[in-house]
Amino acid sequence: MSTPISASVDVGAATVRPQVPTGFWRRALRHRSFVIGGTLSLMVLGAALLSLVWTPWSAYEIDVASKLRPPSAAHWLGTDVLGRDIVSLLLVGARSTIMVGIIAVGIGITFGVSLGLLAAARRGWTEELIMRMSDFTFAFPAVLSAIMLAAVAGPGMVTSITAIGIFQIPTLVRVTRGSANAIWAREFVLAARASGKGGFRITIEHVLPNVLPILIVQATIQFALAILAEAALSYLGLGTQPPQPSWGRMLNDAQTLLFQSPMLAVYPGAAIAVAVLGLNLLGDGLRDLLDPRLSRER
Amino acid sequence: MSGSTNAPLIEVRDLGIRLNTSRGPAQAVRGVSFSLKRGETLGLVGESGCGKSVTAMALMGLLPESAVVSGSIRLDGSELVGLSDANYCKLRGNRISMIFQEPMTALNPMHTIGRQVAEPLRRHTNCSAAAARKEAIALLDRVGLPDAAKRVDAYPHQFSGGQRQRVTIAMALACQPDVLIADEPTTALDVTIQGQILDLIADLVAERGMSMILISHDLGVIAENVQRMMVMYGGTVVESGATNAVFTRMGHPYTQGLFRARPRLGARKGTRLKTIAGTVPELADLPAGCTFADRCTIVEDRCRAALPAVVDVSAGHGVRCVRTDVSMAEAVGAVGA
Repeated sequence: MSTPISASVDVGAATVRPQVPTGFWRRALRHRSFVIGGTLSLMVLGAALLSLVWTPWSAYEIDVASKLRPPSAAHWLGTDVLGRDIVSLLLVGARSTIMVGIIAVGIGITFGVSLGLLAAARRGWTEELIMRMSDFTFAFPAVLSAIMLAAVAGPGMVTSITAIGIFQIPTLVRVTRGSANAIWAREFVLAARASGKGGFRITIEHVLPNVLPILIVQATIQFALAILAEAALSYLGLGTQPPQPSWGRMLNDAQTLLFQSPMLAVYPGAAIAVAVLGLNLLGDGLRDLLDPRLSRER
Repeated sequence: MSGSTNAPLIEVRDLGIRLNTSRGPAQAVRGVSFSLKRGETLGLVGESGCGKSVTAMALMGLLPESAVVSGSIRLDGSELVGLSDANYCKLRGNRISMIFQEPMTALNPMHTIGRQVAEPLRRHTNCSAAAARKEAIALLDRVGLPDAAKRVDAYPHQFSGGQRQRVTIAMALACQPDVLIADEPTTALDVTIQGQILDLIADLVAERGMSMILISHDLGVIAENVQRMMVMYGGTVVESGATNAVFTRMGHPYTQGLFRARPRLGARKGTRLKTIAGTVPELADLPAGCTFADRCTIVEDRCRAALPAVVDVSAGHGVRCVRTDVSMAEAVGAVGA
């Protein structure tokens, strides 16, 4: 029986040692959801990287003669309606999935977090303006704005990434601003102000590190949402354009053959599920590992 | 540093602070004046909401933006009221520092204590990261943190409340400020630690020749730690003077009431504490006259007419009461009882 040591208990000087970064990996490898999430995410990343140098078959070559083959030694997961190898499609598809996720979440984080921090730091009309603008963006359905953008700029990967990225901003603005406001009300921010720090430095040194754990979790959720959104847009024909494969497009193609070859929808679906689950677990783990208060207890 | 030792380091004249609350504008502080020479210590005593902390925040320039400050606060002769925030940032933590009430929350949980103590040094002086770290260890050692060199890289949650308060003291003292404001520094700590922390602060104040403003609602803490004191009630200073003089010749009915409300050792079993009847007035609708009028036992009509002027009952001992003749006569009995 071991009782967990309460966080405020004074541990003896001998047991205290700097924890970051020396202990980080040791703790990380013991953290179950971090390890599982990390493994799944690495698998997706590995698939994307592998596709750059090797795929069992070309993902672009059409071989209608051997369409809709069941799994075999040559085609491990069979072929699709155009005779393309499913494994190769999944590998290459991982590329666009990751790209969409990283770029769209990157757009969302860059603008969303900066605006959210600004709103919390400045308050007053600045905050009102930022929040009302993000309400306005949020009120617009993502798919609708993607269609709108596609109408202006033409459908394609860039359009869908931009649309998804813009759609991410208001969520991240809200999450950032909400948690940043809570940090601004804490006494250590007052103490920081009393030691002569200005709003910008307090934001960077005190507010941001304290909202970071929340943002990391939110970012992994957003990443998962971006993958789903990309799949949805590709499914509607607004995202990745043929012949470029993507998991969403594969679902789209499989739809018409759902009764003849249901497995065609299962493979990309499972791939999306693995990526989303992996990222969520990874985010959970990172949040725990980055919080010095939780580091002793798990 | 400019000026002779006799020139006041801090001079507050007729300070008034209006805060915008959800219940409308509130005159949180009215007509507060005091001055503090280098090395002097001043206590601010009063119950919650009497304006002690708001006064301290005004000195630090940390009032909310909607607050309206009137009067004058001078540090070494230069005016602080209306000073731009950028200029105030250069003073805070450098020439004026503050210790807060809650050591559990006054430290950033995400940074090591060494970094937090070194921060003001890095900000206000030109010292290198290594020098700042060395100085931080020296400071932590000075405030009595055991094994400072080893624990400098530990996080706030690994310390007890008393140790954390020592860390915040080290932070406040890092740049050798001229003025230290301690806002109820021991309220959140248990009694045995309280004494140690107050002794530490007193030692440091004497050692470095700082001026200190100590805020407390604990008369005992005030009695033992400051040379002069001000009793605040409803945003006004009702009595001020040398600590000894105020304690021996309490002139204001409120000061006397505070004193009677103290629990005493050796009191007979079953003795009830004497309380002051009534409640603290809302700052949003203060009476026109003496703020204590509604709870005062010797109130007269003229008390309610206008805010009483400060009466000097002896050298440097002022009482904001029109009935000092009666109250001071009673006071003799109050102390004796």
